[in-house]
Amino acid sequence: MFALADLRKQAVSQRQCRARNMWSGFLFGVGFAAFFDEAVFHQLLHWHHFYDKSTTSAGLVSDGFFHAFSWFATVGGLFLFADLQRRNALWLKRWLGGTLLGIGVFQLYDGTVQHKVMQIHQIRYVENILVYDLIWNMSAVVLLLIGAIVLYRTGKEASYEQ
Amino acid sequence: MSSEHLHHSAGDTASFLLAALFCLALIFYIWASLYSSRFYKKWPVYRSVLWTGGIVCAIGAIAGPLAEKAHTHFTAHMAGHLLLGMLAPLLLVLSAPMTLLFRTLRTGSARLLVGILKSGPVRFIGDPATAAVFNIGGLWLLYTTGLYAAMHQNLFLYLLIHLHVFLAGCLFTASILYIDPVPHRRTFQYRAAVLVFALAGHGILSKYLYAHPPRHVSASQAETGSMLMYYGGDAIDLVLITIFCFQWYKAARPRSVPV
Repeated sequence: MFALADLRKQAVSQRQCRARNMWSGFLFGVGFAAFFDEAVFHQLLHWHHFYDKSTTSAGLVSDGFFHAFSWFATVGGLFLFADLQRRNALWLKRWLGGTLLGIGVFQLYDGTVQHKVMQIHQIRYVENILVYDLIWNMSAVVLLLIGAIVLYRTGKEASYEQ
Repeated sequence: MSSEHLHHSAGDTASFLLAALFCLALIFYIWASLYSSRFYKKWPVYRSVLWTGGIVCAIGAIAGPLAEKAHTHFTAHMAGHLLLGMLAPLLLVLSAPMTLLFRTLRTGSARLLVGILKSGPVRFIGDPATAAVFNIGGLWLLYTTGLYAAMHQNLFLYLLIHLHVFLAGCLFTASILYIDPVPHRRTFQYRAAVLVFALAGHGILSKYLYAHPPRHVSASQAETGSMLMYYGGDAIDLVLITIFCFQWYKAARPRSVPV
């Protein structure tokens, strides 16, 4: 038998549901961006190097933590997605907004701090690296902004409904 | 020449001893599964398969052609370590050996074992953070000091380090994944945080080794070895993370309202 207090604790409020859709998407987005980066730029194109020896030790640590976190986030974000679905609480639009934000944030951090400040590796080992850096970071900002707008608007929609 | 040969045969004896221990563990597990099934529900076959797989991985790492090559070949050494320190522990932990042991022991001995498991020191070394330090910290010590080179000169060190890698791997895996009953449960959040730190420590060490090989290891060997450590570790960790998240997912299920 459940006490009423237990039931209250288990019920997910609308506010929690909004936050969970965003975070699930965000975590998956971060993980997806890292996975894409690894699969396409490291393994398929061989543009990124596993380690170029200009990396600072802070860069090595940052890269290690980002890699570990994103590896966990990919799986964790998908399990959160499954959790939302079994609670009938999935809000795909908001979830996708979170995903875009996650991809944008990861790519922008990777493109500015990790590639440029900490010199982990460059996007590609060519003369006109500036073009690559600009396209990389501008696309990151665009994805980030679209994600932020979708999240803002779905957040507003929810408060009208309440 | 003759002393080298002596060293070699002593090494063979040591590998043989370790392999024999693992074989005994396999025989005991299978016997316990059959014996305890007479009194309890039948012990699932898939658990025995997991245990056998884990033992095979561990033996493959310490005896046979891979272990032979690992003495001179850093990449082979790394493959052995992935088997001994990560894959074997994962398979062994998944086969729920403690549960089987409790089914097999008499009540008195089982109670004694519970007492030991609940004691302070066991609680301390079984904490995910301590286990991660034993596991990942041990690897840092091995590869960034002269220990790796010394290990190939000294039989006792060789045995000690391989046992440590194996046991620390088991301890860490068991502290993250609760397959057997655990007296001191830690929250999912805490275990997730420790897991991410441990993964990061492993990844950082792999990349560090790419540029800073241990003594007597050539640059090209270090490069392939460290990449194997990085990506092989990722692959096994993916299984670990998925099972961990699945356990979390099951524990967080919404309970239906009782009628």
